Amino acid sequence: MKQFLMFAKKEFWHILRDRWTTLIVLALPILMIVLFGFGISTDMKNSSFGVLNPQPDIVSNEIVDKLAQSEYFSFYQNYKNEQELQEAFRQGKIRFALVFSPDFYSKIGKMEGAQVRLVADATDPNSASTMVNYASGIIMEYFEGISQGRLTLPSIVPEIKFLYNPSLDGAYNTVPGVIGMILLLISAMMSSVSIAREKETGSMELLLVSPLKPIVLILSKLVPYFVICNINLFTILILGHYLLDVPIVGSLITIVILSEIYLLLSLSLGLLISSIANTQLVALLVSGMGMILPVVMLSGLLFPVDNMPWLLQGLSNLVPARWYIEALRKVMIMGLSITAISKELIILIGMMIFFILLSWKRFKIRLE
Amino acid sequence: MLRYLLEKEFKQFTRNKFLPRFVVIMPLMATLLFPLIANFDVKNVRLVIINHDQGQASHQLIDKINSSGYFKLEHFADTDHEGIFYIESENDDIVLEIPQDFTKDIYGKKNISVMLAVNAVNGTRGALGSQYLANILNEFNSNIRLYGGHKPPIDLVPGFWYNPTLAYPIYMIPALMIMVLSLICGFLPALNIVGEKQNGTMEQMNVTPVKKGTFILSKLIPYWIIGFVVLTVSMIVAWLAYGLVPIGSIGLIYVFASVFILSYSGFGLVISNYATTVQQAMFMMFFFVMTFVFMSGLYTPVENMPQWAQYLSDISPLKYIMRAIRAIYLKESSFYDLKNEFLALCAMAAFFNIWAILSYQKKV
Repeated sequence: MKQFLMFAKKEFWHILRDRWTTLIVLALPILMIVLFGFGISTDMKNSSFGVLNPQPDIVSNEIVDKLAQSEYFSFYQNYKNEQELQEAFRQGKIRFALVFSPDFYSKIGKMEGAQVRLVADATDPNSASTMVNYASGIIMEYFEGISQGRLTLPSIVPEIKFLYNPSLDGAYNTVPGVIGMILLLISAMMSSVSIAREKETGSMELLLVSPLKPIVLILSKLVPYFVICNINLFTILILGHYLLDVPIVGSLITIVILSEIYLLLSLSLGLLISSIANTQLVALLVSGMGMILPVVMLSGLLFPVDNMPWLLQGLSNLVPARWYIEALRKVMIMGLSITAISKELIILIGMMIFFILLSWKRFKIRLE
Repeated sequence: MLRYLLEKEFKQFTRNKFLPRFVVIMPLMATLLFPLIANFDVKNVRLVIINHDQGQASHQLIDKINSSGYFKLEHFADTDHEGIFYIESENDDIVLEIPQDFTKDIYGKKNISVMLAVNAVNGTRGALGSQYLANILNEFNSNIRLYGGHKPPIDLVPGFWYNPTLAYPIYMIPALMIMVLSLICGFLPALNIVGEKQNGTMEQMNVTPVKKGTFILSKLIPYWIIGFVVLTVSMIVAWLAYGLVPIGSIGLIYVFASVFILSYSGFGLVISNYATTVQQAMFMMFFFVMTFVFMSGLYTPVENMPQWAQYLSDISPLKYIMRAIRAIYLKESSFYDLKNEFLALCAMAAFFNIWAILSYQKKV
């Protein structure tokens, strides 16, 4: 036991002595939280829009004003013809445009109708739909406002309640994903690289001839990463909570239990990789290509799994991070209890046992 | 002198078993697969309906929702509680509760309120899904009630320019090409000089009369050429697999790409000059690449970000090239339209490469 602790301490020194590694291990979660929290921002603000209005009048001017005053849009410029408008779109100066039909004012309420075209730069489809929806909402509201004296259509009023994330904040979705990614990145990638380094520099041979049991040796190498990951877990939870206002609705104990299972799973993955890789570069590539890429792509961290073709959806079932992130979202954001994530827990525990057995079997105490 | 150095670089490159395949297979796979994955389309919104109404109007409404193509009717529920249960356990998105007397009220003169409970954990999906549903309700309302002689006072006609079908892959493919390009032309130079340092060949290089600029140039040019290969492979795959060809000039894409690769490889070389081990170079590169990619507007428009993040994104070469390539591919933008982006990229290429030459010390 004493030897075990001594070796764990040695490994800690190894990590802390390398300034860059330390910095990355501890600063990476902070960077990720900032990037995912602010870089993936789905709330639309101040999209600049242009106006093409052949015959300006009171109503069309008021419509433009209403749009300009809303928080979603900001007025950029008036254009004289469609050519100028297209040029502005091509130069990326505007993302949206209102195009009024000629004789707009005189045709309001008439049969052939006054027309407003809501033109969006649809290269980005989601922003385009959102802009068109917002703009038509604003214009309809304006007309309901001015026709209040007259008889108006009774309407169906949708009373929308956004559950779990009333402000539609993108960070609610990404913070659990970031945790899933960081824990895997640090525990599996860093630990496998560190074991491969001992092999590469030859110090593994020295350690193997020491009276220390090889399994104790390997476990002591994993301890520091386990500790660091726990620090990171709480760093992200705290940062997410105070910097990005992402609440922790469910029980913290459930989150910790879930995360520890996931951590053990990731560490056993790291062990497995280190049993395959003999050099740092191979360890990096195997863990980079074999783990980081699937996790970023297929875990639902960023890209919704439901939108993928069925083959990729099937593959994503094999990615542990997918189940962890799903369960973490349920507990952390939706506030569900541990029974609601029993399916994910069983899958994660199953995978964990599988990887521990596999790496146990492959574990060699001799070098070639 | 430069010729021999280049010959050496190319020999090293082709002798490597892994690298030549990597620069072909990576863009191939990425252009083929990434667009299927990086898809934020909001389609097939999973719907739960609680119908308290017995009349026919509610059935018409449900039919209308079903035929809109945006929604997938997953469950019928009897109570709120049951609806929420489906959201929590079956991953459904929206619970729509149609009130009692819906049919009676819609033919009467009353406002009707309809409850929507939306799973908003994924903000985009929640917001867009509920907007679609609200629009359908609105349209349904005016259809039923229109024969009263009312017509909306104006016509609102949505126009989706440059991508009328609102296809997500079309938006992502040009940007993903650039991402692959930046990964290859960023990471490989970053690992190159560090690799020489670790092998000890750097010391031999330092005692030769090779000038600093020549040395950096010999490292830069190979990646420039590799970059063109990567870009060409990506563009061919995009054409064959997705039928996507640039509306704008192909030559212009290469002009922009050539400046971009110079700036990005230059940046990789700067990292390479400061790092002492491969692992360090990898992590430093990873750190910056992550930042550049997220700040570039690859996933969500830069305009949506907070102000400080927008300033930060100004120093990411990726932002300018992403903007340019999307505009050329989809909007037929000309060189004149994109001259600001071009100047920014030129400035960055000069900055990073001068820095690379200055930071390369001919000593250990």
